[in-house]
Amino acid sequence: MTPKPLDYESLNENVKKVAYAVRGELYLRAAELQKEGKKIIFTNVGNPHALGQKPLTFPRQVVALCQAPFLLDDPNVGLLFPADAISRARHYLSMTSGGLGAYSDSRGLPGIRKEVADFIGKRDGYPSDPELIFLTDGASKGVMQILNTIIRDENDGILVPVPQYPLYSATISLYGGSLVPYFLEEEANWGLDFYNIRQSVAAARSRGITVRAMVIINPGNPTGQCLSEANIRELLEFCFQENLVLLADEVYQQNIYQDERPFVSARKILFDMGPPMSKEVQLVSFHTVSKGYWGECGQRGGYFEMTNLPSQTVDEIYKVASISLSPNVPGQIFLGLMVNPPKPGDISYLKFVQESKAVLESLRRRAQIMTDGFNSCRNVVCNFTEGAMYSFPQIRLPPKAIEAARKAGKAPDVFYCLGLLEATGISTVPGSGFGQKEGVLHLRTTILPAEEDMPAIMASFRKFNDEFMEQYENCRGYSRM
Amino acid sequence: MGSTQSPPVTFASINPKVLKCEYAVRGEIVSHAQRLQQELQTKPDLHPFDEILYCNIGNPQSLGQQPVTFFREVLALCDHPSILDKSETHALFSSDAIARARQILDLIPGRATGAYSHSQGIKGLRDAIAAGITARDGFPANADDIFLTDGASPAVHMMMQLLIRSEKDGILCPIPQYPLYSASIALHGGSLVPYYLDEAAGWGLEIFQVKKQLEDARSKGIAVRAIVVINPGNPTGQVLAEENQREIVEFCEKEGLVLLADEVYQENIYVENKKFNSFKKIARSMGYGEKDLSLVSCQSVSKGYYGECGKRGGYMEVTGFSADVREQIYKVASVNLCSNISGQILASLVMNPPKVGDESYESFAAEKNGILSSLARRAKALEDAFNGLVGVTCNKAEGAMYLFPRLHLPQKAIEAAKAVNAAPDAFYARRLLDATGIVVVPGSGFGQVPGTWHFRCTILPQEDKIPAIIARLKAFHESFMGEFCD
Repeated sequence: MTPKPLDYESLNENVKKVAYAVRGELYLRAAELQKEGKKIIFTNVGNPHALGQKPLTFPRQVVALCQAPFLLDDPNVGLLFPADAISRARHYLSMTSGGLGAYSDSRGLPGIRKEVADFIGKRDGYPSDPELIFLTDGASKGVMQILNTIIRDENDGILVPVPQYPLYSATISLYGGSLVPYFLEEEANWGLDFYNIRQSVAAARSRGITVRAMVIINPGNPTGQCLSEANIRELLEFCFQENLVLLADEVYQQNIYQDERPFVSARKILFDMGPPMSKEVQLVSFHTVSKGYWGECGQRGGYFEMTNLPSQTVDEIYKVASISLSPNVPGQIFLGLMVNPPKPGDISYLKFVQESKAVLESLRRRAQIMTDGFNSCRNVVCNFTEGAMYSFPQIRLPPKAIEAARKAGKAPDVFYCLGLLEATGISTVPGSGFGQKEGVLHLRTTILPAEEDMPAIMASFRKFNDEFMEQYENCRGYSRM
Repeated sequence: MGSTQSPPVTFASINPKVLKCEYAVRGEIVSHAQRLQQELQTKPDLHPFDEILYCNIGNPQSLGQQPVTFFREVLALCDHPSILDKSETHALFSSDAIARARQILDLIPGRATGAYSHSQGIKGLRDAIAAGITARDGFPANADDIFLTDGASPAVHMMMQLLIRSEKDGILCPIPQYPLYSASIALHGGSLVPYYLDEAAGWGLEIFQVKKQLEDARSKGIAVRAIVVINPGNPTGQVLAEENQREIVEFCEKEGLVLLADEVYQENIYVENKKFNSFKKIARSMGYGEKDLSLVSCQSVSKGYYGECGKRGGYMEVTGFSADVREQIYKVASVNLCSNISGQILASLVMNPPKVGDESYESFAAEKNGILSSLARRAKALEDAFNGLVGVTCNKAEGAMYLFPRLHLPQKAIEAAKAVNAAPDAFYARRLLDATGIVVVPGSGFGQVPGTWHFRCTILPQEDKIPAIIARLKAFHESFMGEFCD
């Protein structure tokens, strides 16, 4: 038989190395079960609208009008759309040359990039330059673009937190770079340990790796911790000393569930620190419409902002962006609306605030319900979800369970999560998909199921877990030694 | 104390593949045009023209083409479904658009257009697209073979990523080609193996030429993995004859090549004697099945009569790959989670437009035919205009959205270009821009037989502007040739 031109054996090895567990084995099994008629609760990905969160009304009104601009001339349009949505639609259409159907500037519409810059300026108290803001089809595309610019070969290392959102590990594999892990300290609320970070860097360098960049996810995914100003300052100083570009994934900046550590951007801290650091430390910051209280994952809207990158590099990044012509225009408008929402006095303001608050307050309650729920389960310990959208409980599996997993040919956390799925329909992602310390097992779930469903879900989980632990902890015992 | 090294991300230390790739469609000439445009706003009398005419990029709606009403009605309703149940909605939207929106929303889990979908795209929309492909070709298509992407370009990148392991992997590309291919190959570190289209034969593809290039590459130790065929062609506009297509299919099967069929202009055909045949249809009608041919077919919502570039909608249909390879394609798609939902919906509409008997059919057909017949007229008008210029020859645009005239430049012009370190066609294009405000892309951006010069000009400016454009082109060209005549 003639070998096919594209056989598995002849694929790009880097593609084969990629792993992205968020839509991996557990998800595929869950989808199979769903096809067979089982009710599945998908908590594998931060996808709020899929779990019943409603879109905010105002942005949908505006974008619908932008899609169908002939409505704006119809005398009946006021029956269905408020006047401020109508004027906002005109505002965004006037920024385009030809409406939603024309490729925009490859960096995104200048008018929207200006709105993003204004938002950043107001948020941080330092002006932002629209020319250094590039809109992308979701933040993920931006991350991939920046990593592709940095990584030359397998000798280029990127510092990535463990646990991390596996976009980073997958992209580094895809582009043939090296992932240099730094472990977050679970016992210290997923805190940073600079001693460990320095050791990691030294070890990488001794293997001939040039460490080029450091990824920080704040608030954390899957871990949810919110960094303090002191943390961020330490990070920036570290990047300055070690000559690293800081990649600040700040997509969860609106998802904060405690009051001790509100969100502060890496950029603000950098400028607070003044020269020389504020002029020298290279920083790329990422944001999106997919998270926060918007949850508009399906629109694929996002941006990155570059600080202290030389203009030649910015030109090269622009060049690569231009090959894909432009980010999708409706997604850009969602982004504009997110950074420039209705203001007090606007017709739609009260409803907008009410809808937004409802989502955030509910998320805050669910973060607590879930954390408490996990902590009430046998052999489960869970740090509080300070921010983002996930819970990442530690599951302490008895030795017999680990043995059973081995016999089944599965990693222990995968084994547990598959069991959980089959028994309860709850589809999670095993901790190994995010990275964890050797022998310490977790799973990631989202806090997104509807609030009224939470008690039943947690009860279902507890029932499975406690029975599982009962089964594998019985007195016959088994020593791993 | 900070490091004394230069910062980590400098021009000298970025990925060299990024440095190597080029994309002339939005390259230097366009940056210059944007500068001129800004100058026009502040100093309108500075230039001998009062507007910049962007003829560099296939972006129809930026030059006044109107979107298809039915499509936009459905998209607006899908964006804001809460109005579907209101009685006032019937006053603003056609009832078949309302019905289609409901039908589409029923295919989306939870009717949630703001949720990430399946990484290949919403299943029900893929079913609809598969049905559209089947109706078009007369051969069955499968939803599982379809990957919906943010435009066709990301699909091309995905395939290059899979195919290219090192610079020893080669991809056969037509010359001239749409520079997404050369840029993508460079970005992924592969080798472009050119096969030259024959300008004297209407940009025809000679299979023995392709074979020669293949063998030449192999003798240099290149593993040629795939062949890109753009049909209808970009920038060249030719529509392949069926016989040609059959030769290509046979060639791929024999040589073990993946056929990457860029078919985004499938609805842009302007000549009576040619029609679009998908490579899948040709292969299947030859009796070639999944075991015989690995085929990737790309389609987009950006072109045709719909011209919805800004939506970023498109798909690739992938057939003839083993299950483990398809798993890898799925895996790469899943890292980006999914393409934008509105674009997915639009792709399903494009492949399943209103039919005879639908309430919106008459107005839809009028819009579609209006746009396509106008494109055909503009293609002809510009082709004739170029052929009417001394020292310019221009092949017909049988399809797509471009003309690619050849410049037979006098020696003096070539030397003048050399003196300012510019390629002669770039020199010409720059002069054209400075004199008329018309932006075209130099042929070197697409590749051409060495020593020949071209530029690509779109046929997209609105029809009423075409006479003035032709007049200005003519005036500029005559002046240029007068300046540089030998």
